[in-house]
Amino acid sequence: MQNGLEHSTAMHELPVSQQPEVDYVRVRFAGDSGDGIQMTGTRLAESAARFGNDIATFPDFPADIRAPSGTIYGVSAYSLNIGHTEVDTFGDETDALVALNPAALRKYLEGVKQNGLLIIDMDAFTERSIAKAGFSGNPLEDGSLTSFRVLPLEITSNTEKALKETGLSAKDARRCKNMWTLGLVLWLFERSTADVEHWIEQKFHKKPEVAKANIMALQAGHLYGEVADLPPDVSRYRIQPAPLMEGEYRSINGNEGMAYGLYAGATLANLELFYGSYPITPASPLLHTVAKLKELGAISFQAEDEIAAICAAIGASYAGHLGVTGSSGPGIALKTEAIGLAIMTELPLVIVNVQRGGPSTGLPTKTEQSDLFQAIWGRNGDAPLPVIAPAHPGECFDMGVEAAKLATKHMTPLMVLTDGYIANASAPWKLPDFSDPAYEPFPVEQVKDPNGFLPYDHDPETMARPWAVPGTAELMHRIGGLEKQAGSGNISYDGENHQLMTQIRAQKLEAIAKSIPLQHVESGKTTGKLALLGWGSSWGPIRVAARRAELEGKSVSHIHLRHLWPLPPNLEELLSGFDRVIIPEMNNGQLATVLRSQMDVPVESVSCVKGRPFLVREIAKIIDDALGA
Amino acid sequence: MTDLKPKDFASSLDVRWCPGCGDYAVLKSLHKMLADTGAKLEDTLCVSGIGCSSRLPYYMATYGFHTIHGRAPAIASGAKLANPELDVWVFTGDGDGLSIGGNHLLHALRRNLDMQIVLFNNQIYGLTKGQYSPTSQKGVRTPSSPGGTVEMPLNPARFAIGAGSKFIARSIDTQAKVLGPILEAARAFDGTAFVEVLQNCVIFNDGVFDHLKDKKQGPDHTIVVEHGQPMVFGVNKDKGIRAKAGGFGLEVVSLDVGGSTEADLLVHDETNHALAVALAELGEKDGEPTVLGILFREPATEFGAASRVGLPEKPLSMNEKLTRLSATLRAAETWDVGEDAA
Repeated sequence: MQNGLEHSTAMHELPVSQQPEVDYVRVRFAGDSGDGIQMTGTRLAESAARFGNDIATFPDFPADIRAPSGTIYGVSAYSLNIGHTEVDTFGDETDALVALNPAALRKYLEGVKQNGLLIIDMDAFTERSIAKAGFSGNPLEDGSLTSFRVLPLEITSNTEKALKETGLSAKDARRCKNMWTLGLVLWLFERSTADVEHWIEQKFHKKPEVAKANIMALQAGHLYGEVADLPPDVSRYRIQPAPLMEGEYRSINGNEGMAYGLYAGATLANLELFYGSYPITPASPLLHTVAKLKELGAISFQAEDEIAAICAAIGASYAGHLGVTGSSGPGIALKTEAIGLAIMTELPLVIVNVQRGGPSTGLPTKTEQSDLFQAIWGRNGDAPLPVIAPAHPGECFDMGVEAAKLATKHMTPLMVLTDGYIANASAPWKLPDFSDPAYEPFPVEQVKDPNGFLPYDHDPETMARPWAVPGTAELMHRIGGLEKQAGSGNISYDGENHQLMTQIRAQKLEAIAKSIPLQHVESGKTTGKLALLGWGSSWGPIRVAARRAELEGKSVSHIHLRHLWPLPPNLEELLSGFDRVIIPEMNNGQLATVLRSQMDVPVESVSCVKGRPFLVREIAKIIDDALGA
Repeated sequence: MTDLKPKDFASSLDVRWCPGCGDYAVLKSLHKMLADTGAKLEDTLCVSGIGCSSRLPYYMATYGFHTIHGRAPAIASGAKLANPELDVWVFTGDGDGLSIGGNHLLHALRRNLDMQIVLFNNQIYGLTKGQYSPTSQKGVRTPSSPGGTVEMPLNPARFAIGAGSKFIARSIDTQAKVLGPILEAARAFDGTAFVEVLQNCVIFNDGVFDHLKDKKQGPDHTIVVEHGQPMVFGVNKDKGIRAKAGGFGLEVVSLDVGGSTEADLLVHDETNHALAVALAELGEKDGEPTVLGILFREPATEFGAASRVGLPEKPLSMNEKLTRLSATLRAAETWDVGEDAA
């Protein structure tokens, strides 16, 4: 690729599964939002990743901080797909559901496959909680679960029993039931408890008694699987390590990857990172992650509102740092006026939009990719701005670097579109090697020489204007949101000049189009009957479905946009090589509309706005409908 | 660059305020003060929002950023946090600073980052052609309040105290002898210095402060307070301010009438918070003088220094940063996939 942006994730190298039932297993933990579900899921994910499996996760938690216990809307869940082959999605159907109360069972039973395993905490199935979950009778007794393999266990009382000797109160002991459950599930996957024990020791090193209790519960759950006389149909899952590329790995979610990538990008630009932000779901972890990079020199600023957050970032960029701000849709809406200022003053600035569902406050904890129009067009005036989007968590780091590079090279604000799914989902990630040419530094030259200095003099190749920062002798100048005279930067209301400046701002995008990678085909051939065109986090399900269909001999290719605006210059030519181009999007057809306005290729739109990523079978159906099953 | 003259701080652009606008006088005081205190052009940054007064950065030969409605304090904060060496000034008006940008002003004052915020208060929206502003007096008739405003006006100095500001001063645009030293003290203050300038808009609100500015009668309507000095004012220096007997608050007394002497008067203590509240409100009723000078000044933790605690002492090199980033990335659980595993 022209800019050296290679994708260093393992996923590209893994085979696609043709026998899903053997190659990977999807497990979902579900319980009350106070049950420690997210932690349990994360630990199992880490453990599977360390074992060498490919993983994809999907944390699904309520918007309320602590909804009333036992209610459906208070259920917190964590889905995990553990594979020997490439797993790019959290899975369509659940192989094993761990339900710590009736509400969790009720909410997620529908997604469990026929003959799937239900691990249930019987202790939580009281008359009251069964009624609260909306069951008419006890599902464990009324025969409604006959199409599943049900493993009802006394998880709570087993945990209490295991911790009896510790002197912990019954209430505190009960809180360890998530660890007991994790112990059992680790047994189910033929994994030892060692990694989790190590993690518990570190996590609770200041509270050794808590660490001890959690470890005892974990071991008790594991041991239970070993010695209890479980029904013969509860067989263990034997998922071999995936043939990952050689290297050093960790798991990472999209928010972490993006925060680290932006720091790396600022560093490779030889700048300090300034992150201005205002808390919002699901973007807040970006702020949390940058805040922890202080000893590395990163400045984070929690502003009074979204507007101040971006304005502080603009101020920091003006003063010579790489200003970055992150938010989610409604927050980005508030930042809009300031984005226009950054476009007008041609300062480098990275705006990360971790998209969530719906207009206004919408669905705060649910994922969607419906801010594309907002990103490309959502401003007053002709205000062009480059937009890029990573496809999966493991790509966020590199897209953070790419954002810093484009913003500084072309002196422009730039928007990165991630979404709630990418932000929260974890995947194995091959750690970057900074001696790799992909991470070649791109140091920014801030102007020092007053000879011939004009603040709005544009480099004909990049269309960047010189960046002279306050504090530099003899380069004093004034910038602002008013239209300026080309070159001098003085205020100008002259019509001819405004025409020229509007063209210059448009040409900046044309210059960027020349420096981004040519569009490649993700999987499949470069011409054929059907292309599925995606962007952002729909990558996983499109990829899985397209690769499987291709193995079945179907003519289907997957093309995935990372540079959404400007579009890769060869896109129209590439798409015109296919009989049909279908765009599955988690919005009501935004990319399709954009492309119809830009190129003479018919595109079809398939929409999914259900607060979750596409399922593989939904994409498979698109393929089947287009090509015939 | 040494020995800069006031005119050296003026940019080459023509100043395009209305003839007679009070902004000219403030600009002149600023140029003079910066020259007198040895400021450097390249280290001075003027940030503004939108409005007549916010054009000021264009008339400075320093670095300048004319930004968007009400957001100058936030942009200035980012610039100052990025480069603490800069001498950062914010120029704003009553509409820009207290209406659309009220939130940012509030938080800038609360944080106490080292910069100066100069708020030009002419009690009217000038650039948008004369609508009432948040500081307009009740009942004022404007295009958007043809029957007279029914809104309660905001008192900027009182707002600043409420926000937790640690430096609050008030002046009149044309009184260079008061304004000059205030600007100088604001610049020297290690924190956010808030300066309200009562400024005349010749077009839409002409003469609103005439009674304060009048050469003859003005001293009867204003008092310039000074730390450690008794609060005497008036054309004949025959009035003073004392604490209300047996209660809270201030009252105006005539000296040598009814036995009041200078010894009964309050001595200004610029570190007295309660006094500052009372001084800020003085002048709202007939017979009370409007208080000018430094109403409040109290050294406190400066936000920039506090927020830099924990940063590396010296900027890190690119290699050092990448090394530390590598270590941070590996602080999570990592694992190796070797040839055997493949």
